[in-house]
Amino acid sequence: MNYRLIILISLLFFASSHLNAQSYQDPQHHACLKCHSNQSYSFHNDVTDKEVKRLMNPYYVLDTFAISAGVHKSFDCTDCHSSEYEVYPHQATLKLEPLSSCLDCHGGDESYAKYKFEEIQAEVEKSVHHKVYGENFSCSKCHNQHTYAATARNSDNVLEIVDYSNKLCLSCHNDMKKYKLISGHNNPKLVEVHDWLPNQALHFQHVRCIECHTEVVDSLMVSHNILSKDHAVKKCVECHSADSRLKASLYKYENLRKRSENGGLSTVLTNSSYVIGTHQSPFLKLLSILIFLATLAGIIIHSIFRILKK
Amino acid sequence: MAATEKIYFYPLWLRIWHGINALGIIVLIVTGISMQSSMETSVIGFSLVVKLHNIAGVVVTLGYIVFFVGNLVTSNGKYYLIKIKGFIKQPIKQALYYSWGMFHGMKAPFPLSEKRKFNPLQKIFYVVVMYLAVPGVIITGFALLFPEIIIEKVYDFSGVFVTAIFHSALGFFISIFLVIHLYIASIGKSPLENYKSIITGWHHI
Repeated sequence: MNYRLIILISLLFFASSHLNAQSYQDPQHHACLKCHSNQSYSFHNDVTDKEVKRLMNPYYVLDTFAISAGVHKSFDCTDCHSSEYEVYPHQATLKLEPLSSCLDCHGGDESYAKYKFEEIQAEVEKSVHHKVYGENFSCSKCHNQHTYAATARNSDNVLEIVDYSNKLCLSCHNDMKKYKLISGHNNPKLVEVHDWLPNQALHFQHVRCIECHTEVVDSLMVSHNILSKDHAVKKCVECHSADSRLKASLYKYENLRKRSENGGLSTVLTNSSYVIGTHQSPFLKLLSILIFLATLAGIIIHSIFRILKK
Repeated sequence: MAATEKIYFYPLWLRIWHGINALGIIVLIVTGISMQSSMETSVIGFSLVVKLHNIAGVVVTLGYIVFFVGNLVTSNGKYYLIKIKGFIKQPIKQALYYSWGMFHGMKAPFPLSEKRKFNPLQKIFYVVVMYLAVPGVIITGFALLFPEIIIEKVYDFSGVFVTAIFHSALGFFISIFLVIHLYIASIGKSPLENYKSIITGWHHI
């Protein structure tokens, strides 16, 4: 019985992976991707009866590798976009089709409850992004619906999580055109405005922008209330202390906590890695206090003997 | 020999170095402890403490170069040479004197003279502190000043983390040394005698 079940599941698995292979891993034979995964596309012009080759609008070129690693990899293009796109030239009115927002699929669904989409939405509405761009600041402005991967939840590599998260911010904050589209003015030069931050490059590599630029909310994995720059964290001790805010943000993830718990020796040594010096290890902190007290006790006892034996 | 015989133990350059080094080390210990406990007051902010620690670190480093070169080119260096003969026995003898002998009317086993500025126990501590701990704390300190030069990973640990642990552990060792150094200095002809010597340069035997 068990064997049959395993065979059935394996068959289903192979069948589904085969379907994916057809759609995203073999873009040349996909109705949409044969054009939209390339820099150029060709078609037969029925009016002039000629073969035409043109450049693809770079914003409409899709990264099929990233799609097949993303959370929506099992969907095909026409699951979200109109099936009328399969005809070329595409009708101009298709540009007006209303597309589903994240909450249209994920909102109010028990199976997605742990991601707290509604709460995230409420946080976004308080953020500086919403203030500037209103409802048009959709989730997909940061989370590319085609390629999004839940790196923070799944990776056990802090640097990978930081890199992925910061690239979400930089996709606009380091892009003149995209930044101006939303804000209406030029983007500030990030290296210059963060001039005050010691070891800037290391900070940018090891912590996410949102560590300082959001309000930490305990009930959410990632706070989505992006604050204006006047409210950003600027005090070193907010992170570099035993009560580091990183514990409530970057190190909140189960996957990262587990890694430090499984680290054997590292549990003895590192409990709060962002405290400066030996005090980041509770064991060494206790040891140093004991040695110091023993030294003082030794000196006091010696002094007493010196006075008594004078 | 007369009881009031005195030796010019501490030349001027050494006294100046010792004074600057002492001030620097005290600033480093105070700011170091303050950073570890992430203290932040409205008067002295964390970033000011970091700046003070960095400046004091550079001052102590420059001082160390003076100390190191001074001991190479002057005769003062000879007092730091440890002989293999009695390497273990002599310091133990001195430790026994401090913990037992001096309370039972015994004479110091290694009286100081022109040839011997430090007793064997003192010498070992000075060598360990000045030729191991201080260079170690300077090297790790400069590494932390330019963290981009530190190796990213040491086995499973971040290189910066390991360097920071070494730096503060050595710093702690030097702090303990300082406490003991200040106390033992009170064991002299009179409790204040040795403190006076390091200012005037003259040591009364």
